Amino acid sequence: MSKGNIFAVVLIVAAFFVGRHWFADTPTVMTDSRSGAGYSGGAESTGSARSGLVRAIHTAPRTGTVHEVREGELIMDKVKVAEPGDTILVYPGSYSETVYIDKDNIRLSGVIEKGQRAVLDGKGHLNDAVLYSGNDIVVENLLITKYKGNAIMGQAGNNFEIRNNIIVDTGVYGIFPQLGKNGIVTHNVISGIEDAAIYVGMSDNIHVAHNQVFESVAGIEIENSRHAIVENNYVTNNTGGILAFITPGLPVKTTYDVIIRNNFIVGNNHPNFGAPGSTVAGIPPGTGILIMAADEVVVEGNIISDNKTAGIIITDHNNAPNTTIDPESDPAPDKVAILDNLMHNNGYDTIDEAKALMLTEFKTGNPDIVRVGVSRDSCIINRHQYVTVGVDNWAECGFTHTGDIMTYLLDKPVEPREIDPSEVGKVAYLGICAGCHTYTGRMIGPPVQVIQALYMDNAQGLADYIANPVKKRDDYPEMPPQDYLDATTRLAVAEYMLSVSK
Amino acid sequence: MKYWPYLFMLFSLTLQAQDSVVLSEQCPPSFELRSGQCYLVNRYQFYDSLQDRGVGGTQTGLPAFRDGFSPQQIDLGRYLFFDPLLSKDGSLSCASCHQPALGFADGRARSIGMDGQVVKRAAPSLWNVGFLKKLFWDARASTLEEQALGPLFAADEMANTPQKLLADLTGNAAYPDLFAQAYPGSDAPLTLPNVVHALAAFQTSLISLNSRYDRYALGHHGALNEQEIAGMNVYRSFVARCAECHTPPLFTNQQIAVIGTPEPEGMPLDIGAEATFKAAKLKGGFKVPTLRNIVKTAPYMHSGRFDSLRDAVEFYTKGRGHAVPAGVDMQIHWHIWEPKLTEQEIDDIVTFLGALTDESLMPVIPAKVPSGLSPLTGFQPTLNQQQAEYTDE
Ligand code: HEC
Ligand code: HEC
Ligand code: HEC
Repeated sequence: MSKGNIFAVVLIVAAFFVGRHWFADTPTVMTDSRSGAGYSGGAESTGSARSGLVRAIHTAPRTGTVHEVREGELIMDKVKVAEPGDTILVYPGSYSETVYIDKDNIRLSGVIEKGQRAVLDGKGHLNDAVLYSGNDIVVENLLITKYKGNAIMGQAGNNFEIRNNIIVDTGVYGIFPQLGKNGIVTHNVISGIEDAAIYVGMSDNIHVAHNQVFESVAGIEIENSRHAIVENNYVTNNTGGILAFITPGLPVKTTYDVIIRNNFIVGNNHPNFGAPGSTVAGIPPGTGILIMAADEVVVEGNIISDNKTAGIIITDHNNAPNTTIDPESDPAPDKVAILDNLMHNNGYDTIDEAKALMLTEFKTGNPDIVRVGVSRDSCIINRHQYVTVGVDNWAECGFTHTGDIMTYLLDKPVEPREIDPSEVGKVAYLGICAGCHTYTGRMIGPPVQVIQALYMDNAQGLADYIANPVKKRDDYPEMPPQDYLDATTRLAVAEYMLSVSK
Repeated sequence: MKYWPYLFMLFSLTLQAQDSVVLSEQCPPSFELRSGQCYLVNRYQFYDSLQDRGVGGTQTGLPAFRDGFSPQQIDLGRYLFFDPLLSKDGSLSCASCHQPALGFADGRARSIGMDGQVVKRAAPSLWNVGFLKKLFWDARASTLEEQALGPLFAADEMANTPQKLLADLTGNAAYPDLFAQAYPGSDAPLTLPNVVHALAAFQTSLISLNSRYDRYALGHHGALNEQEIAGMNVYRSFVARCAECHTPPLFTNQQIAVIGTPEPEGMPLDIGAEATFKAAKLKGGFKVPTLRNIVKTAPYMHSGRFDSLRDAVEFYTKGRGHAVPAGVDMQIHWHIWEPKLTEQEIDDIVTFLGALTDESLMPVIPAKVPSGLSPLTGFQPTLNQQQAEYTDE
């Protein structure tokens, strides 16, 4: 092969790539690392199926439509047309909008090309970047900055996956799934948040892992939630590192069964820039882990160092600043378990309250662990390693590690409630039509008996009428269209209306 | 969409002869009759909610609901609710302060009770009241029955006594029979517990869950226009944070929150839930009210300080604690902050709140009540009513 030929081949290859780049008619194909073959290593592996869970909830190949968004277009335009099961690929470029997803099963995925990401830029005036209320939502690979509210906020979506996002200097919370069940928050890098970088609120079965959170008021907060694992995160230079809270005054009242393990919780000494009145505004800078009122919190295997106030603070509501009271929530952190952790150089510039507590126990030194207020049935192992106050009378724990628990994620995603098709018709009939139609009497609309005589077994005809009613009777008002019910529901309600007998 | 006035005319037939009323054997719309009792049926029941608390996002289940009353009990409650016989001198019914056309509130900053006395607080809407675990602004009652004893016997409200109330009902030509119909198998059906039970039964039938917002939430995204959607997104954003307290689907999370609203000029500070729970940290705390049918219920807040919905919304962006009287120590809720909402955003929220209107299950106002008194006693067409009708397109 002559040199000229090689040159030509190179040119063709270059043209191919240029073409892809300029015209980009085929979507970038991403190798999905969350499923597929795993590295089996030298030794015989065990439990790999379970560990896969920790990285992804939705592992089945996606069969829906792929919508592509490029700079200059609106992501929302694609969300509006997307159907459950679809993927929205956002190519590198700058986007400035609030993306709200009130649908189930949408994957919003940034495409990363040579380190370039799709940037959602709130420009300091938009509220939230991504706001979802559907189930089975995936938000990944984005770069989000300069929003005033939250970067990614979930309101009651189950089975969520929020991963691989970079969030910089964005409002109140970085990632805030709320009122959801079964979700993961992994591999995100978040900084500059005036409350919690990652805030799991009122949720169940959560896995927060492999995130880097820094220069925020709180690093990771688990609040009024149950069955959560926070592991392998790098939590540094926040005001407070990792928080497990019961916040009083919320409709879900408990936090329990939280494992905080194998995190790096290092040098969380950032000045507190929390909003006045916010719960985190009361956190003393230099707090590694803060457990407030939460029960059954296990702290294990973390490296907790260089936090100037204390490595771990455990408090009840009565000793915490900025908290209200709630007769329905128990203010005491019970059954806290502190297992082995590497604690080093904490408490070297601690607060007066901690010093005063130490005086009561005739202790000196820099506190690693401070407990204040009531805490029942809590335990600790190897307490001799640490400078502590308030834990002398804690029991020795009956267990030493959490290794048997891989994750609290559910084996299968939360399924939507099973709805019998006949129920759909009945519920729509009783909940909507019955407001204007009764079986025999004249109400706002004509009696159902009359309608049955008109339509007999023509349910489809009835379903068509209610989608777009025309005026039929002079002595009745017009019937409002019921087109907000989907076609299946309209047919179901038509069938039900034709079947009622009283 | 306003159909309820027709109801009023159409149903004037039900009560022809005073003494031969037959209570309804049908459950009100949105209820299903099972073994003689009415149970709520609604599309939100297709969904779950975390820890069954009935708070969440768009497709979230409702909280536990108080149902299981018989059709007759509900119907009896309706007559009682509209009958001024329940007051000391026949001058006030429950409906005088909870008027159907005014969102079951009364259009006043503070209600007017017996002999023109102005009471301390505003009458709340009763729509969806059957979902509430705590009643009154300060959450001092836990059941509808317990609640009803308040207005019946408060000197500045209906000013009755248990003795006179029972004597009046027993002496009436129709009520003994109506109570017997509603409480069959009971030796003495006409008792105070049954009076308040029937009132509770009727109030639970006030269901408003089919607004245009609900149609959006349940999947029909065309139900809201662009401005309403913009407003919804501000409403649930973490800047405005309205949805953190006025949480869907009921638009209340049913918690106590101290937000520091001002009293009307010259009125002393109302300490609210501090009194109920004997807790200084709850000074000025009130139960988060629902925002459903909110355009119908001006003026706003516990003592009606704000005449317009826009003023009520704007309150939240005027600064944390800005209206707390000097020298008063109030622990303002953490979600009350400095959202710096723009004028446009405030307008958008107000527009969105208009999409929470649904009166499709308006109960029928009885044409006559057993006492022969007017069921419209104390009703007044107010400015608010006209405004409300105007905003409801
Ligand atoms: C707000 C009141 C209202 C509601 C709610 C309502 N309808 Fe109607 N309906 C009417 C009125 C009024 C008419 C009479 C219209 C006419 O004759 O022009 C009517 C007429 C009808 C007819 C008669 C059509 C014909 O060909 O004569 C059918 C069928 C019907 N409704 C079905 C339904 C179903 C099913 C629902 C529930 C999904 C429903 N309606 C909800 C008020 C209502
Ligand atoms: C004089 C006007 C007036 C009358 C008459 C009246 N109410 Fe009320 N109602 C009010 C006011 C004012 C409040 C709020 C009081 C408070 O919170 O302290 C209220 C509160 C309520 C509540 C609590 C709602 C909530 O969201 O907490 C219910 C339920 C209620 N009333 C039902 C009734 C019933 C039933 C009757 C008849 C027995 C009745 N009311 C008679 C003015 C009235
Ligand atoms: C911290 C919880 C909280 C937040 C956040 C909140 N509210 Fe409220 N809201 C309340 C409470 C409590 C009241 C009753 C206060 C009173 O009467 O003094 C109330 C009252 C209202 C009322 C008057 C209701 C009536 O029936 O009179 C409106 C309207 C309202 N809120 C709208 C909003 C809007 C819009 C937002 C967002 C900008 C918002 N709220 C945010 C707790 C909250």
